[in-house]
Amino acid sequence: MNQYQLIKLAKQLGKWALIAVVMVYAIFPFYYAVITSLKPSSELFQVDFWLSSVDFSNYIQIFTQKSFVRAIFNSIFISLSVVFIALLLGITASYALGRVRFRGRTTVMLTLLGVSMFPQVAVLSGLFEVIRTLNLYNNPGGLILSYTIFTLPFTVWVLTTFMRQLPMELEEAAIMDGATPWETIIKVFLPLMWPAMATTGLLAFIAAWNEFLFALTFTLTDDQRTVPVAIALISGGSQHELPWGPIMAASVTVTVPLVILVMIFQRRIVSGLTAGAVKG
Amino acid sequence: MSTPATESAPQTGRSTKAGYRGTKVRRQRVRAAWTFLTPMLVALVLVAGWPLLRTFYLSLTDASLSDTAGAAWIGFENYLVYDNGAWYGLLTDPVWWNSVWNTVYFSLVSVSLEVVFGIIVALLLNAEFKGRMLVRAAVLIPWAIPTIVSAKMWAWMLNDQFGIINHLLMTLGLIDAPLAWTADADLSMWAVIMVDVWKTIPFVALLVLAALQMLPKDCYEAAEVDGIHPVKVFFRVTLPLITPALLVAVIFRLLDALRVFDVIYVLTSNSTSTMTMSIYARQQLVEFQDVGYGSAASTLLFLIIALAVVIYLYLGRRQLGVDQ
Repeated sequence: MNQYQLIKLAKQLGKWALIAVVMVYAIFPFYYAVITSLKPSSELFQVDFWLSSVDFSNYIQIFTQKSFVRAIFNSIFISLSVVFIALLLGITASYALGRVRFRGRTTVMLTLLGVSMFPQVAVLSGLFEVIRTLNLYNNPGGLILSYTIFTLPFTVWVLTTFMRQLPMELEEAAIMDGATPWETIIKVFLPLMWPAMATTGLLAFIAAWNEFLFALTFTLTDDQRTVPVAIALISGGSQHELPWGPIMAASVTVTVPLVILVMIFQRRIVSGLTAGAVKG
Repeated sequence: MSTPATESAPQTGRSTKAGYRGTKVRRQRVRAAWTFLTPMLVALVLVAGWPLLRTFYLSLTDASLSDTAGAAWIGFENYLVYDNGAWYGLLTDPVWWNSVWNTVYFSLVSVSLEVVFGIIVALLLNAEFKGRMLVRAAVLIPWAIPTIVSAKMWAWMLNDQFGIINHLLMTLGLIDAPLAWTADADLSMWAVIMVDVWKTIPFVALLVLAALQMLPKDCYEAAEVDGIHPVKVFFRVTLPLITPALLVAVIFRLLDALRVFDVIYVLTSNSTSTMTMSIYARQQLVEFQDVGYGSAASTLLFLIIALAVVIYLYLGRRQLGVDQ
């Protein structure tokens, strides 16, 4: 009995130790970036684990830079457009792939998988030509177009998996009522799919927000940059004199909205994955 | 599409009208399916199919970045050419083969670590404890941070002179002198792997956790009643049941890792010790403006990844559920 209790206690201790390690590992780099960004440049090079005073000079420095503010708006506009397009095309395509049996379905699924494996570099020169031909070089449109290459296959793939898991009865009822496929999607699947759409939409948003290679290659001037490129290109006098304070301030600025978004959506992401059943 | 006759065959008890209705609905549904798929397929041809074909073509020309239309056909000279008693071209370039090896090494090591840690984190998050939601949210933070930002954060933490990691290691007495994490050829690959693993564990954990939460509770109750060791239950029950989700996570991660670009570009720039295929190809394409040669590198990268996918699909065909 005593031994049993001891084992139980050890297990509890082990579990909480693991939780603590995971928490510190996940949060610390971000926490350290926040601390660094709030230090004056004179204290930058001494290692501190806590903040003794708060100094906003790094933030003032980046927000008075027009190109950085512009980059934030570019990123927001591009990411939202990408999410909208991916979900619109994704929900209809996933209905077709997940609910309808037709010849060529496997081929389309394999094509999707094939496209999702496309290394971005493999299409770089071809896509550069397409974008230049469409007059979208150094333009948000070019990035929105090129980002569908990685958001669309992923969105369709995940939404199709969700669509397949929904019970057949739902759709049979809609068919008996004489609903067209479009009405079935809008009235039956959309209300049930929104947790899945939130998940995939968030994934698409983050993927678009994070994208670097296309944004670096298909834009030329500072006013067309997205946030990742703007941050990567912040430079000091030489390679060894990077302005770490402003870099961390910019990093924290673009990360905080995403972290908040994830905090809000995480419950839905996780519980949404298990939700969805016929009621009544 | 199976024939309508076999579809309505079992319904002999019902009226012919119901059978007819079934086929009409079916035909309408198949037509709608293709209508729904068309916009997606058009978009994919525009951004993926056509550019890929152009890249293949350009790799056989001497195109430069400023002028891709006026490129001249030079056959396989970008890949391999014999000139004046020596072989030239991409296939003889040691820097290219070094970048191939770097990419494979990076992918295998980082994805393995991510899967192992991802499963551990998912199992932890699946357990009941106070503050679970808080931990779950915290774990997702690295995933939400843009890759460039996480690379910069780690670059600062790994800074050789002022970085906190060197400070910690020296305080603990593990090292005597500061390590040049991103500049040292032996360490920089590990620095890159470290950042990538940190960033992508949540992705794997999230997918595994979703699978864990769909598992039936009754087998676990049965296992507990029978007094089976939890480790055995994990390998015999949990792991087989979450394998489909795990395979999806692995394939997405593996494909991401094989084309890795941004984390390395920011952390170690064009250094040869961490140069991957993507970095090499982009350097040729954009910095050296040699679209022909760069496209040849891109084409080889594509072929290598395609080979990896074919092997993967062959091995995991049953579980992926594509051909169901």
